[in-house]
Amino acid sequence: MFPIEKYHFASSVGDAVQALAADEKARIIAGGTDVLVRLHGGNSDYGRLVDINGLRELKEISIDAEGTIRIGSLASFTEIMEHEIITKHVPVIAESLATIGGPQVRNAGTMGGNICNGAVSADSACAALIHEFDLVIEGTAGERIQSINGFHTGPGRTILKKGDLLKYFCIRKEFYQGFSASYYKYAMRGAMDIATIGCGAAVKMQSDTIETLKLAFTVAAPTPIRCKNAEKVMENKTLSEETLQAMTEALEEDAMPRDSWRASKDFRLHLIKTLSKNVICQAVENRGGMK
Amino acid sequence: MQTMKIKMTINTKAYEMDMDVRKSLMDLLRELGYTSVKHGCGVGECGACTVLVDDIPIDSCLYLAVWANNCAIRTTEGECRDGKLSTVQNAYVEEGAVQCGFCTPGLIMTTTSFLEKNKGRNVNHDEIRVGHAGNLCRCTGYQTIINAVKRARKK
Repeated sequence: MFPIEKYHFASSVGDAVQALAADEKARIIAGGTDVLVRLHGGNSDYGRLVDINGLRELKEISIDAEGTIRIGSLASFTEIMEHEIITKHVPVIAESLATIGGPQVRNAGTMGGNICNGAVSADSACAALIHEFDLVIEGTAGERIQSINGFHTGPGRTILKKGDLLKYFCIRKEFYQGFSASYYKYAMRGAMDIATIGCGAAVKMQSDTIETLKLAFTVAAPTPIRCKNAEKVMENKTLSEETLQAMTEALEEDAMPRDSWRASKDFRLHLIKTLSKNVICQAVENRGGMK
Repeated sequence: MQTMKIKMTINTKAYEMDMDVRKSLMDLLRELGYTSVKHGCGVGECGACTVLVDDIPIDSCLYLAVWANNCAIRTTEGECRDGKLSTVQNAYVEEGAVQCGFCTPGLIMTTTSFLEKNKGRNVNHDEIRVGHAGNLCRCTGYQTIINAVKRARKK
């Protein structure tokens, strides 16, 4: 038996928000691949649950007339990875989610949980950052939209407040059209592992020139990060050993890796520099694969 | 104790019950006698508790029993019909893909859903490995398991 003290099966988004706002200690449970692991370990912070698994509308994946892609926060990793809209327009999301856990975990876990639990290593975070996801959040004061930029505030921390429920991720056309992208997860094992470093890059090319680069990392700082300094160095440059070298030097301003039992700070910095080059080159190479 | 009224089928047999919200699907299945569902790591890493919920493989240790409301559950017991093993079960026997056997029921369910999902496709070695990455065999008999998947695929 999981040590659940209080359990509320939400009947609507509004009902979930109300239940979350009414109980200081209430936590959302979605796919359960994090929350139930914590409960299994006896963590009493997760004893009071608001279950959102009845909110089927939060599983939808769609695209509107303006080309904005909407992914429900409750859609499983597998549902997202295999959805035609995703593989056609934003394949780096599918590529990233494929690195999570194993099939069973991907069948249960959700991108909403992956982003909202604030994990520094969240495999969907790089894709979210390089495609500049908008997060549609329902709170006690109604609906609001928050960019993924600035959403994470520290390890396991986000800007979400009591009573907030993430409903959808939205990706505006301007943030995916014309971009090609790539993600690489460096981990000790090929599956069922946490990233030592994750790197995602999206590029918009003007013939051989990189017009725009968006570069993001997980586990390279206390939150998933975009690398504004490195991005600026690559702007309007062609791919060359020199520009890539200058980019990796700028990365030292962007990244703040730490020592942990998984890897040392020095090794992480080495990975950050090496992966950034490889992933940018791969993103450039992936041109033509996106519409 | 908080309960929810749920109904489900387990290997096509219908059940209706008041379910304790704290119970995992793994515990429920084992209590009902479906002991092919193994309690391994309990945290979704080993896949020994893998069952199919509406044909999708999940770790039943990380799945609340109440989530199975209105779902069709499949366990390894149900794959055996009229005393005959399924194609996948047979392939595991023929390839000797079983050592201690603890991981086998979970792997059987993963292979079953993997081959149903990839029906008609000639899945390669790497796809098989990726498709079975959520099941650990600590006897390290993976090669025979992959052989079994390949054998079942051809049937």
